[in-house]
Amino acid sequence: MYSYLLPEFIVERREDRCIACRVCERQCANDVHAYDPELERMVSRAEACVGCQRCAVLCPTGALLIRPHPAEYRPNSSWTREKLQDLKKQAETGGVILTGSGNDKPYRIYWDHLVLNASQVTNPSIDPLREPMELKTFLGRKPDTLEIDLDNGGVKIESALHPNVPVATPIVFSAMSYGAISYQAFQSLARAAKEAGTLFNTGEGGLPKEMRAAYGGNAIVQCASGRFGVDPEYLNCAAVIEIKIGQGAKPGIGGHLPGEKVSENISVTRMIPRGTDALSPAPQHDIYSIEDLSMLIYALKEATNYEKPVSVKIAAVHNVAAIASGMVRAGADIIAIDGLRGGTGAAPKIIRDNVGIPIELALAAVDKRLREEGIRNKCSILAAGGIRCSADVVKAIALGADAVYIGTAALVAMGCTLCQKCYTGKCNWGICTQDPYLAKRLNPEIAGRRLVNLLHGWSHEIKEMLGGMGINAIESLRGNREHLRGVGLAEWELDVLGVKGAGE
Amino acid sequence: MLVKRCFASERRLPAKESEACGLFGVMDITGKRFGGEMAISAMKNIKVRGNGLGGGFAVYGLYPEYRDYYALHIMFQNKMAKEQVESYLVENFNIVYDEEIPTNPDVNLFCPPLVWRYFVAPKKKGEEQALSDDDFVVSRVMYINTSIEDACVFSSGKDMGVFKGVGFPEEIAAYFRLAELYAGYLWTAHSRFPTNTPGWWGGAHPFSILDWTVVHNGEISSYGTNRRFLEMHNYYCTLFTDTEVMAYAVDLLMRRQGLPIEVVSRIFAPPLWDLIEHMEEREKKLYSTLRMVYAPLLINGPFTVIVAHQNEMFGLTDRIRLRPITAGAKGDLVFLSSEEAAIRCVCPDLDLAWTPRGGEPVVVRQGSRDHLLSLPESV
Amino acid sequence: MNNLNVRFGLRDMFLDGVRPAAALIKYVNINGQSAEIDALDLKHKELNDLLRAVALQGISKVTVKNVFGQRYIGTRLYLPDPEKRLEIRISGNPGNDLGAFLNGHRIIVFGNAQDGVGNTMDDGEIIVHGRAGDIAAMSMRGGKIFIRDNVGYRAAIHMKEYPGKVPVLVIGGTAQDFFGEYMAGGIVILLGLTLKENEPHKAHYIGTGMHGGVIYLRGRVEEYQLGKEVGVRPLDDRDRAVVERYVGEFCAHFGLSAGKILQGEFRKLLPVSKRPYGKIYAY
Repeated sequence: MYSYLLPEFIVERREDRCIACRVCERQCANDVHAYDPELERMVSRAEACVGCQRCAVLCPTGALLIRPHPAEYRPNSSWTREKLQDLKKQAETGGVILTGSGNDKPYRIYWDHLVLNASQVTNPSIDPLREPMELKTFLGRKPDTLEIDLDNGGVKIESALHPNVPVATPIVFSAMSYGAISYQAFQSLARAAKEAGTLFNTGEGGLPKEMRAAYGGNAIVQCASGRFGVDPEYLNCAAVIEIKIGQGAKPGIGGHLPGEKVSENISVTRMIPRGTDALSPAPQHDIYSIEDLSMLIYALKEATNYEKPVSVKIAAVHNVAAIASGMVRAGADIIAIDGLRGGTGAAPKIIRDNVGIPIELALAAVDKRLREEGIRNKCSILAAGGIRCSADVVKAIALGADAVYIGTAALVAMGCTLCQKCYTGKCNWGICTQDPYLAKRLNPEIAGRRLVNLLHGWSHEIKEMLGGMGINAIESLRGNREHLRGVGLAEWELDVLGVKGAGE
Repeated sequence: MLVKRCFASERRLPAKESEACGLFGVMDITGKRFGGEMAISAMKNIKVRGNGLGGGFAVYGLYPEYRDYYALHIMFQNKMAKEQVESYLVENFNIVYDEEIPTNPDVNLFCPPLVWRYFVAPKKKGEEQALSDDDFVVSRVMYINTSIEDACVFSSGKDMGVFKGVGFPEEIAAYFRLAELYAGYLWTAHSRFPTNTPGWWGGAHPFSILDWTVVHNGEISSYGTNRRFLEMHNYYCTLFTDTEVMAYAVDLLMRRQGLPIEVVSRIFAPPLWDLIEHMEEREKKLYSTLRMVYAPLLINGPFTVIVAHQNEMFGLTDRIRLRPITAGAKGDLVFLSSEEAAIRCVCPDLDLAWTPRGGEPVVVRQGSRDHLLSLPESV
Repeated sequence: MNNLNVRFGLRDMFLDGVRPAAALIKYVNINGQSAEIDALDLKHKELNDLLRAVALQGISKVTVKNVFGQRYIGTRLYLPDPEKRLEIRISGNPGNDLGAFLNGHRIIVFGNAQDGVGNTMDDGEIIVHGRAGDIAAMSMRGGKIFIRDNVGYRAAIHMKEYPGKVPVLVIGGTAQDFFGEYMAGGIVILLGLTLKENEPHKAHYIGTGMHGGVIYLRGRVEEYQLGKEVGVRPLDDRDRAVVERYVGEFCAHFGLSAGKILQGEFRKLLPVSKRPYGKIYAY
């Protein structure tokens, strides 16, 4: 434990309510609560509390209140409490400060500065409860034109078509690997994707053999720098293959799954020895440039007999539009862009909080660029990193996305409270842990149901918003920036987003 | 669009191109001239390294009948640009001969500009007499490229020339009829995979200044540092490509400062400090000093370049070899390429094929076997 | 504008102009269980189309001649019948990613190979009668690769293993820098047969980031050429047996005699820790 640090949270226990049932003690992997037999009451070690609220939620008598510790240093806008605490940690360890989840710094959230349109008088809004409202989306490369031969009542499509994968709603679960999250959480995502007719993403930790037959058809399997769990069957059982170049939470750096998390089952799934660090190099060592990316894209197409779309995922960075153009020209059928606020199981805080650009700006720039070059139809765009609600989805699609990736939102649906301690492996909610005692708290059936509910609720809201705009098929929203207006944005921001100011 | 303009604020600079490519170079070290078939076939072989948005060739020993004159290859977007450039040329040069560069109209390319060549001698006046011919030509080329709309001088050396444009290299070769019309003792070629402005003829490689040409593969992470250092030495980057930076750096170090290739390659791709630690005292001093003085010209990030000028060609990769290069030799012919297969397909029975260490140049010189000096450090 | 888009929108350098299978038959000559393909005019995908077609026809041996840079040879052979194995004999200079994701087949190259030999290979065998380029055996997970001569940068990078699946890479010559970088498993043998008497190996940063597997290195190497995650040990009897076995196979492939090679001095390079980066973080 660190010395010189203030506790982050304060644990307040209403003694009049506490019945010393010790639920809190059992639920806390951080050993905050304990029963003192001499005092015959519960005691707390607030300095170990991460604020995950598990104990407060499960306390049968509502005796616990966990809130940020009010202690403050002398106020200072430059040297904030967080900066001071980080300095003290590094002074003690000489280490790189780790964190989990997405960027929590107050960068502008453009979703909150974009407002949507609705039909009034000149065209009718549509009632989605009774009228058809279509969200089905195809992910993959489309040809410029179709040559069709209609003979004797038959239809023959002469043009060569690239593989496309349909999703019932334009929301896809983003990459969270088995290893980063528990088997139960991983399975919950797979079940929900299958039931809801969408896709989940294996991340780079492989796809356990026993899940391949049942869930491969709904899986985006990653081929990332570590190449963990990549064998020919893994590639061929999937719906989509994704080359992971970067991640919004940590653009430009690799990752380490610490050896203690590499259990027997993870070792088999990742195909590495038990107990060794699973190191994901920063680059893919067969991709040092755009023509190398092309080489791997076609290697994967070759390995799967040209039957699967290949996605390439990058973090949103400064030259994202030019990079995206290169990716499409290199043969990517889908490009996934992960913005500044994208989540992670573990990342150096300095990277998470300082590298990359917001997804809204990146998405708008990429869509514009691909249209200028006449190649927007050659790929689908998946936008990721900080999609919090269905309105964010609608705004992303209006800016030019085909569909969105949700990661953090899905975790929250399963129970996550964004305590940002994913990297400790002590997730009390059973999501981001390999401890069987903790992981079994998450029931894949229940968590899967919660995820399906989330998708259902969002999809319904999307339909309501579409109906309001007089649109009854999601494709008519894609890139339709007419339905967006900016509020409180500077001229350059409106330019990059390609939207008018409200009232203009 | 032939040239991109200078901008008042750095904020308005166009995004730099990132690109990756296929490279090839072949030289006859006896100076014997030969046609373009080898370069063209090799580029066809590595077609998948480009994406059809740029291809080009540089040929040395191209104009023996005008070997004493600067051969200017100039692209014009329109007639007006041509008139403007020509009146400027007349003011500054004696034009010995000029003609439209012959092209094959049956080759269907994207918006080909008008391409003309001029054989010229400098007409220096007053204080300009103090300038060397080369410096005079550089300043005039810079002026045209930065100040005259819709015109681009893309080749300005003696007895050599660049042919380039938008398309796959074999299409560019067919368009300029390279295989039928020209011979040279050194050919370099480039297939481009840009992630920027399609349809931009000026952005194709080789990039050249005087008789220095560069073909390049990779993306330079140190671009901003390198560019702003070169601007301090009056090189204005107008094309926003990594290659341009390389070409100007070569011109600065080799032509103006007179450093040999062997030293310049150590400036671009210096040994790592770890390895300098283990060198003998003399080398340690040399490399430490080079790194200290020329730090702004360390070319960081993945690259392979083939640089050529009269009677000389060298290939170099970055110091941790993030981009490929293979050298080959057969009799008097020496080859450099991104892939061995591109060499083998034009010369299946090589005497030797080797891959130098990252940062170790392969230097090919007329009348010498210097290229073999890179062998001990190769595999 | 439309015209512009079609022409300039996107040109697929890989798939444009690829001929249908029917037009390729003339390049194949089938003779019972074996076939011969002349690859001189074949594009990357065309050659692999043909290899898949002959494999599906039940052919078990294919000779491919006039190979000049065609990529991914053997990659498209994840076949419906998992027991089906193809032997591909290549003369020429196969292109990058030879045998990438290879699923248990056997590839023999008479000539030099380029970058990415056996990239993420799952199982099978690749034998190169010549040299190989960069990242040979990258992320290889199973099977064996034998390279007669030298290899380029980053050979054996991030090779892996797990119970029952241990990849093997044997290199006759020497290697360039970052040899065995990030190695997480597998057996790598570097013989140094192309080096002169007492000449040290060429690689620096050998085994940097190594956290699994083993490298057996024959010949001289200076301490500073090794990555800081690597420890050096003498061979024990079990190591000797491993080296003898794979050097024997190596020699059988290339017609060399193992005796003299085995007399050379071998060293064993091991990772110091399975967790090289366990201590760099502040939690």
